[in-house]
Amino acid sequence: MNETKEKAPQKNAAQIFFEEMRGGSVAIPILAIISGFILGGLIVAITSDEMYIAFQEGSTVLGLKIGFNEAVEAFKALFIGAFGNPSEIWAAFRGGDDIAIQAAIKPFLETLVQSTPFIFVGLSVALGFRTGLFNIGAEGQLVIGSVTAVWAGYAITGLPALIHIPLALLIGALGGALWGFIPGWLKAKTGGHEVINTIMLNFVAANLTFWLLKYPMLAPNRTDPISPDILDSAKLFRFFADEEMRFHIGFFIALALGALVYWFLFKTKWGFELRTVGSNPDAARYAGINPARSIIIAMSLSGALAGLAGANEVLGLNHNLAPAAATGYGFDGIAIALLGKSQPLGVVLSALLFGTLRNGGNTLKRPPTSVPIDLILIMQAFILVFVAAPAIVRTIYRLREPEEVEEGVFVRGWGGS
Amino acid sequence: MASTTTPIISSEYVSPTRQRVMGFVFLGIALAILVLFAMQVEPDQLTTFKMKLPRSEVDIPNWVFSSSLALNILWVICALLGGYQLVRGFEKRTNLVLGLISGMFIFGFLTWATSGDSLNLAGLLRNTLLKAVPITLGAFSGILCERAGVVNIAIEGMMLTGAFVATVFGSLTNAWGGLIAGVLAGGVLAWVHAILSIKYKTDQIISGTVINIFSVGLTSFLSARFLAQPEYSYLNSPEDFEIYKIPILSEIPFIGPIMFERNIFVYAMFIFLFVLHFGLFFTRWGLRLRSVGEHPKAADTLGINVYRTRYMAVILGGMMAGFAGSYFTLGSVPRFDELLTGGKGFISLAAMIFGNWAPIGSLGAGLLFGFADSLKNNLALLKVAIPSEFLLMAPYIATMIVLAGVVGRGQMPAADGQPYEKE
Repeated sequence: MNETKEKAPQKNAAQIFFEEMRGGSVAIPILAIISGFILGGLIVAITSDEMYIAFQEGSTVLGLKIGFNEAVEAFKALFIGAFGNPSEIWAAFRGGDDIAIQAAIKPFLETLVQSTPFIFVGLSVALGFRTGLFNIGAEGQLVIGSVTAVWAGYAITGLPALIHIPLALLIGALGGALWGFIPGWLKAKTGGHEVINTIMLNFVAANLTFWLLKYPMLAPNRTDPISPDILDSAKLFRFFADEEMRFHIGFFIALALGALVYWFLFKTKWGFELRTVGSNPDAARYAGINPARSIIIAMSLSGALAGLAGANEVLGLNHNLAPAAATGYGFDGIAIALLGKSQPLGVVLSALLFGTLRNGGNTLKRPPTSVPIDLILIMQAFILVFVAAPAIVRTIYRLREPEEVEEGVFVRGWGGS
Repeated sequence: MASTTTPIISSEYVSPTRQRVMGFVFLGIALAILVLFAMQVEPDQLTTFKMKLPRSEVDIPNWVFSSSLALNILWVICALLGGYQLVRGFEKRTNLVLGLISGMFIFGFLTWATSGDSLNLAGLLRNTLLKAVPITLGAFSGILCERAGVVNIAIEGMMLTGAFVATVFGSLTNAWGGLIAGVLAGGVLAWVHAILSIKYKTDQIISGTVINIFSVGLTSFLSARFLAQPEYSYLNSPEDFEIYKIPILSEIPFIGPIMFERNIFVYAMFIFLFVLHFGLFFTRWGLRLRSVGEHPKAADTLGINVYRTRYMAVILGGMMAGFAGSYFTLGSVPRFDELLTGGKGFISLAAMIFGNWAPIGSLGAGLLFGFADSLKNNLALLKVAIPSEFLLMAPYIATMIVLAGVVGRGQMPAADGQPYEKE
């Protein structure tokens, strides 16, 4: 799918870059992101009271200008919220005061913290896509992963951190893997479509978790459903002593897993089998690959990655588990995997973008901008539309049609075949 | 799968394996009633069902009977039906009998749970009906789309947007204005879904996901930006539909107050049920729509415009989802809150599959899922040791079991989810 680059060796780097830009494999995601931001800005402008007041006072030009300013202000707030104030950072580094530096780079580190679960779920969905599977259930796998990880965090005692942390992560991954294995097994053995089954399992996971937290896993002396705090030995290492600085080692674990997934998919026999099943199940069968086994492996691994996202949240940030309303991570994972073209590197970059939006959105919703954080969801939806239907982007920006078919059809009917 | 590729000679054909499996399922249910319920009640315990709706004027006496006698009758009937199924088989009436036996199991469960206690059966059934309305209407939306070969997992998003738009326009105009706007909003989103998945041949799951994300984002954004602000609160107080008593029918004891003293959404559900069933299976329109979902190439050869048919089906489906969404704010609680559909669109999807892509089946599934949902409140009162979470899980697990083909494979449209490429 993406091996087209090696075709013409005599071209120089600039030529290849322009080919890529015009051909669309990098251009489409970038233009999609730009278009998403433009449309998001438009929504900020048309929902601002100030613009209408200016319109009513009779000046169309002033109204448009105010609307434009509103959008610019919103994105400025988003940027500062996500990366910190550049002048503050510069001043802090010039001053050399540790506390000032910490305060200045805190937003950026928080963005990395927010990106971490996105990396995991993005990789999870991407691994499924590569095998021709649509894992819409990262949400449920994440929830189960967080339940099992938090259990490992408080119930297993007497271990040093060096063993306890990997063990808790592993148990979280296993929980997610189980939740991915079920639809994988059902798909392989009965043909039941994984989209339906994973959606159903999302709701089963939510209800099961709620019950677990209400009764067997309820923290002592609590009545609201919440788990006990995990032991100190299970907490992921944080780089700063300050409680407010939440940056922890999970981000690097996520990056390492991105590399691992890349290695697995593109350098191992199993990964090759998975990709073959994904691109052409019939050819895979003729080549002696067992599609059923590949489907089960892929769904389990996909679930494990999503489970790690949940484990990462409870072991690194919250240190206990309370039932949350749908987090939306599952759908975000789909968007991230698509935007990243199901390439591990692309997924990491897309996840960083989503983390930026999420963290910046928290600043956006506070005064003076007071733009609801849901704006970023709308932008994500737009970005996703443009990535999923490249023809729209090509029409708008007059890009050349690609010579090869770039997107496979993931859905082969609910019953599978 | 293999079973769908073998030519089916007649739709009434029931394989011997399935006959036997169903026979054992029936016997298993009989055994379950015996062991779980009949053997757990004292011989002299009474079950009391209140047949009068709370706050209803018409007085109906309570229904009191002996718990153990009723349960024993139930398990014996189930066992007899199971035995008959094993020996002779009910052939094409198997599903009907399965429905009957499931009903008896539920009745047995209620009898056992209420033994030595009392339960307002009328209230429970009314809640079941009301909870079934959005689920069933959503499932109708799914049927319209998927029968034409377009998967729609965006029912949730279309419902949510429909509910939001219906609220705003219902506040600005009246209930009918809100309803029309809500329906149109669903239609517009479906039109986008149709363009993405039919014209641009985007993967239909992705297209549906986009619409879901967009709907959550847009409605939450506008709700936080406007509806939640005090100066705009007039946008969040829609006129809702009054209860309309159907003359004569509402006089029927017990059933009348439950079914025929409701608002238009409940009646519309039954009207749509009839129209859809008749339209899909007994008219040329329905035959064409289904042929496009089963074998678009053959339909095209016969001169049916595949694209146009799919557009029409998807947009109609979206309008149905918008109608279902309007129920939440115009027919239930007249205000919009963020994420108020709370996954009902996905339950609709489950109900559609559970109901085998058919209107009547979907209503049955909707009622079953609605029942599980309304029962959770009663169980807490009756102090039955089944956590409500497990009841809420049941519809999803049941759908997975149905999808796995344990009790017979569903007949999904053959070309469901496949974009059509005209040659």
